Amino acid sequence: MEELITTQKLNPHIDPVLHIWGWEVPVYLFLGGLAAGLLLLGAISVLRGEDGRPTAQRLLAAVTPLLALGMGALFLDLEHKVNVFRFYTAFVVTAPMSWGSWILLVAVPVNLLLVAATARSVWPGSMAGLEQRVPALGRLASFSEPRTRVLAWSSVVLAVAVGIYTGILLSAYGARPFWNTAILGPIFLVSGVSAAAGAIQLVSRSQGERRWFERLDVGLLVVEIVLIGLMLVTMLSGPLQTRQAATLVLGGPLTVAFWVLVLAIGLLLPLALETWQLRGARLPAFLAPLLVIAGSLIFRFFIVEAGQMTGWIAY
Amino acid sequence: MVIDTKLCIGCADCVVACKTENEVPEGYCRDWIAEATSGTFPDLSLEYRSERCNHCDSPPCVHACPTGASFVDEESNVTLVDPDLCTGCKSCIAACPYDARFVLPEGYVSKCTFCIHRVREGLDPACVSACPTRCMHFGDLNDPQSDVSRLLRTRSWKVIAPAAGTEPNVYYLT
Amino acid sequence: MKPHVSRRQFLRIGALGAGTLAVAPTLFRHRPSAASTFPVQNGDTVTLTPTYCEICFWQCAGWVHAKNGRPWKIIGNEDDLHSRGRMCTRGTAGMGAYTDPDRLRTPLIREEGPRGQRFREATWDEAFDFIAARLESVREQYGPESLAMFSHGNGATHFKTLTKAFGSQNITAPSYAQCRGPRDDAFLLTFGEAVGSPERTDIENTRCLVLIGSHIGENLHNGQVQEMSSAIERDARIIVVDPRFSVAASKADRWLAIKPSTDLALLLAWIHVIVEEELYDAEYLAQYATGLDELKEAVRSNTPEWAYPITTIEPDVIRETARMMARNAPATLVHPGRHTTWYGDDTQRMRAVAILNALLGSWGRKGGFFYPSTASVPSPEHPPFPVPRWTWRDLAPNDYPFASSAIASLVRDATADPSMAPDHPVKAWLVYGSNLVYSLPDPDRTIEAIQNLDLLVAVDIQPSEICGWADVVLPECTYLERYDDLRILPGREPQIALRAPAFEPLYDTKPAAWMVRQLAARMGLDDFFPWDDMEDFLERRLRAVGSSLDEMMRIGVKTLPGASPLYIQPGEDVRFNTPSGRIELHSQQLAASGFDGVPRFTPHPEPPPGYYRLIQGRAPAHTFARTTNNPLLNELMSENDLWVNTATAEDWGLENGRYVHLRNQDDRVSRFPIRVRVTERIRPDCVYMAHGFGHTEKLLTKAFGRGVDDNEILADVKVDPVMGGTARRNTFVTFELATAEVEAI
Ligand SMILES: Nc1nc2c(c(=O)[nH]1)N[C@H]1C(S)=C(S)[C@@H](COP(=O)(O)OP(=O)(O)OC[C@H]3O[C@@H](n4cnc5c(=O)[nH]c(N)nc54)[C@H](O)[C@@H]3O)O[C@H]1N2
Ligand SMILES: Nc1nc2c(c(=O)[nH]1)N[C@H]1C(S)=C(S)[C@@H](COP(=O)(O)OP(=O)(O)OC[C@H]3O[C@@H](n4cnc5c(=O)[nH]c(N)nc54)[C@H](O)[C@@H]3O)O[C@H]1N2
Ligand code: SF4
Ligand code: SF4
Ligand code: SF4
Ligand code: SF4
Ligand code: SF4
Ligand SMILES: [Mo]
Repeated sequence: MEELITTQKLNPHIDPVLHIWGWEVPVYLFLGGLAAGLLLLGAISVLRGEDGRPTAQRLLAAVTPLLALGMGALFLDLEHKVNVFRFYTAFVVTAPMSWGSWILLVAVPVNLLLVAATARSVWPGSMAGLEQRVPALGRLASFSEPRTRVLAWSSVVLAVAVGIYTGILLSAYGARPFWNTAILGPIFLVSGVSAAAGAIQLVSRSQGERRWFERLDVGLLVVEIVLIGLMLVTMLSGPLQTRQAATLVLGGPLTVAFWVLVLAIGLLLPLALETWQLRGARLPAFLAPLLVIAGSLIFRFFIVEAGQMTGWIAY
Repeated sequence: MVIDTKLCIGCADCVVACKTENEVPEGYCRDWIAEATSGTFPDLSLEYRSERCNHCDSPPCVHACPTGASFVDEESNVTLVDPDLCTGCKSCIAACPYDARFVLPEGYVSKCTFCIHRVREGLDPACVSACPTRCMHFGDLNDPQSDVSRLLRTRSWKVIAPAAGTEPNVYYLT
Repeated sequence: MKPHVSRRQFLRIGALGAGTLAVAPTLFRHRPSAASTFPVQNGDTVTLTPTYCEICFWQCAGWVHAKNGRPWKIIGNEDDLHSRGRMCTRGTAGMGAYTDPDRLRTPLIREEGPRGQRFREATWDEAFDFIAARLESVREQYGPESLAMFSHGNGATHFKTLTKAFGSQNITAPSYAQCRGPRDDAFLLTFGEAVGSPERTDIENTRCLVLIGSHIGENLHNGQVQEMSSAIERDARIIVVDPRFSVAASKADRWLAIKPSTDLALLLAWIHVIVEEELYDAEYLAQYATGLDELKEAVRSNTPEWAYPITTIEPDVIRETARMMARNAPATLVHPGRHTTWYGDDTQRMRAVAILNALLGSWGRKGGFFYPSTASVPSPEHPPFPVPRWTWRDLAPNDYPFASSAIASLVRDATADPSMAPDHPVKAWLVYGSNLVYSLPDPDRTIEAIQNLDLLVAVDIQPSEICGWADVVLPECTYLERYDDLRILPGREPQIALRAPAFEPLYDTKPAAWMVRQLAARMGLDDFFPWDDMEDFLERRLRAVGSSLDEMMRIGVKTLPGASPLYIQPGEDVRFNTPSGRIELHSQQLAASGFDGVPRFTPHPEPPPGYYRLIQGRAPAHTFARTTNNPLLNELMSENDLWVNTATAEDWGLENGRYVHLRNQDDRVSRFPIRVRVTERIRPDCVYMAHGFGHTEKLLTKAFGRGVDDNEILADVKVDPVMGGTARRNTFVTFELATAEVEAI
């Protein structure tokens, strides 16, 4: 028998279990992932030259507000808010959080330019009116339009970067075995795109478009489930700490949260509903996409929580 | 820092000495005691360890800090936090395998400084100089003549969670 | 004043008053030490004041550091033999006594009505007038001997003088008959000298250290801890006898997990082996000892095989450890422990320890027991004290013939039951720095005794339980805010240490010396205090040994000349202070009084099925119940745990962290629940807890209701017939499973 106890180790939010991040960080990661997904799908839509005012392109306008909201959540989490500007007085190559701050900083103008480049085709009516009142907008659109493809390609790259970043942010922490797996980046990217696909379905008024994203989503959900499975398998075949971390969901305190909330409600249920719908079932149109989005949020809450519950030291 | 577990009695004098020296507020601590018992009655062994930041050679906390607030002091190789740069994002806390860091009520991150303010004056850290069993030693591991180097040469030792790969610099003689 | 303030609110009055009386902590004086090696940082001004610690009775000397006048830290004095530059955990946390917001703040006087009920704030003048008047009426009615004083700590000096000047020699302390009495009397009987405090044990040089229930390492008496550490480092053999895997046991070569209460059997078996195998120091015994033949005869049947079923220690282990001791003799120290009031035959058990040491020739030898020196520092002369007509001995003239000090529990019992000694009534108690409700067994009896008093004065720094029963509470400032008498204690060298105030007293608190002068003036006893104030008093004492207050402020500790040799020189003729002038292996004195001349084992009661022997000891983080409310130490340990062996816990379905109440064999149930610690570090037949928790005084906000007070559930307290010690470990407990995690309190 081993008995391990500590005297005095009682720092708030550190002991006995790490709990430095509450709701703000998962919300930030979720909004970042959703924004990345929307940017990616919107940019792809632009590159494919889709017209007929596709929803994916319209939602490009939501990317920056979502990113701003996300960064707002992160700001709320900061304990020393007056120093927030310090994120931009340094670039630390080894710190994903530093990369993230800078990538987001680049993603916002690129996204805005892309929105400008597509505005006249996406919102022909409102754009004309706007241009009259704010001539600068017109000049911006005219400036961006010839550069649409460059902007779209940049957006694809940035979207993938942001999507993966939301995962890498966590997986880079070697100190937290439940996070420390390279698959987390791709999972977060896929999950973000899947949430974006869900969002497009929610907003879209075109039956065809919804079908298309439904099909995409089914694929993404399957990929996500496979990746999560892979993650568990690699954890189980890893070193002691990761094996112990995996037990968190295999009989440990987060077992129910994982199997019921994350897997059943967040992934399998929407997958089932969407497949069912694709086979012709008639369900309320908002149900599956809402579940997809909720699932993506739940997943981030779960991961952020689970990672903090794992560590290298047993007390 | 080298700590002889054969002598440590887990009295936590080092903890109180750190708190008073560094005016660590109530409810927080930079060092603590781990008590590990193994075996079954009556074949038992017991180890006390006074633990703190390991001032790792490869400090993930520093690597994970987006602002450069966490840094390694060039002259001493001690890992420190600059409150003026710290945003309280807690990335460094998540990155430390030893849970050695915490956020002060003022909002910035704190932890053991190896009492750099004392070391610069040629004194031992507060915990080291308070310890009644004299089981703690502090010195320069790059100097083969130092007490700590000699102890690591002549005694068996370990570090905590070496597999975390941070190359910790608090050594425990066993 | 305010009618019907319940007891629970007693010091809330004090707290209200404090707002108006609070004084900002200011630095008392600014005298940086000459020996100062301390950094002055970022323009901070650091001031050092010499002190010796009052958190326990080892009295380590150190330096109080103030940073810009604010309390900062306490560091040991390098020149001090008690601390050797390092305080223990509690001493380092001494500042907590000063900063504790729950401290007493102003004098209090009990209002009309039952004891323990209503108090009002009073001025110092009121308090002193009240005490002086009551004492005068006690003197008139019963005589001055009816005043008894209970004390612990160096601040008591002047109150003791006051008591003697008043005409009473009934000065007692729970640190005798509840603590080290049996040890000191057994050594007196054997070697003619006590072990004393600090102990004259030469752990520093020992080659084989035997600890019998002495848990150095948790018992943090600084010098002992430091010396034990050096012994481990030198790779001395260490043998630990303890039913619990103590910290010391974890450092030992051999841990003998003895069945509690059977140590005397083990000791006799060891003596048997040493005698039978002729492993003793024959030359030493021939020159210095008497009674070897009676001893041999008496232990003939105490074979290891005999001891095995009693102690559960294997015969080979007993033989092997006995030989280990003999191999390293005379540098083998069978440590006599300190707190030795265990089972009621404690003086005899301690006699066996003394005999064992004598056989090994360790008394007066390097690595055994050294001969200490004490500084001799004259005090200002005062008239002789009046000779009392009776003393505490007259309370039970036929009992406890070998008690060398006043028995606190006896004085308490005589107060509770005046028929015990009708001609010697005890009617007033002066309690200085002793929480009698916590330290005397049977607290109900203590409270019963208090009801018979005409006056109870409690001098304390915090609202300890005893204060709640007082007529007058005198709030003393902490040791960091006052001068006290010099520390003059036996040691390897004759040293003196100064305690000087580092801060002005907070609130309306005062030093004991000032209180005593005020009282003496009112009682017409000024002549006994021929000095102006403490500075004058100290200056005069110091000048008598060629020092000065100024010098002591700079150095804190001074070694005086005149150290005597630590060890008996080879062949030296030594006269021991016993009737025979020799070390008495067989005690003529004991035999003459009808006790065993050589200790004999008698079994102690065993726990009934489902019950476990309650054993207790010290928590490194605390001194008794006096530090549980210290903010720095409370953080380290805010409640005590009940150690329960894994197997026992399994039988009861107890998990780690579960709270239980304890019920003793008399069906007394602990007031508060205690948290279970399931551990392999204890035998299955007993449970363990640290003393000093489970405070019932709500005004000790951090300590109130946390953990269990062992004192409250003691049962079958046997009294040692030799010297009156009260045994504390015949208590058996079982578990009452608390429903809620922690009860609403
Ligand atoms: N049940 C049980 N009883 C025991 C023991 C046990 O382990 N269990 N241990 C026994 C032993 S070994 C001993 S030595 C005795 C000790 O028992 P006591 O002599 O009663 O000693 P303390 O508990 O140290 O006394 C503490 C009181 O002194 C007060 N005090 C602290 N500092 C000062 C000061 O500077 N000035 C004044 N005026 N007061 C101060 C505290 O607030 C507290 O009220 O208890 C014995 N009784
Ligand atoms: N931290 C701290 N240190 C202190 C004090 C304090 O309050 N706090 N108080 C000081 C004072 S005044 C005193 S008197 C000393 C007391 O300290 P010591 O004299 O060292 O010890 P005890 O309290 O007698 O004994 C406690 C040990 O005895 C063991 N024990 C219990 N029953 C038996 C038994 O039947 N046989 C044997 N062999 N062992 C048994 C317990 O498991 C425990 O380890 O501590 C001093 N040091
Ligand atoms: S002060 Fe020394 S002996 Fe005590 S716990 Fe700390 S390192 Fe161990
Ligand atoms: S122990 Fe933790 S905080 Fe200290 S240097 Fe290593 S990683 Fe950083
Ligand atoms: S909390 Fe401060 S020190 Fe830690 S990573 Fe963030 S900015 Fe750096
Ligand atoms: S080195 Fe200094 S800061 Fe670090 S634990 Fe020791 S006393 Fe505290
Ligand atoms: S042993 Fe500790 S508590 Fe006791 S006097 Fe020394 S420093 Fe103070
Ligand atoms: Mo004691």
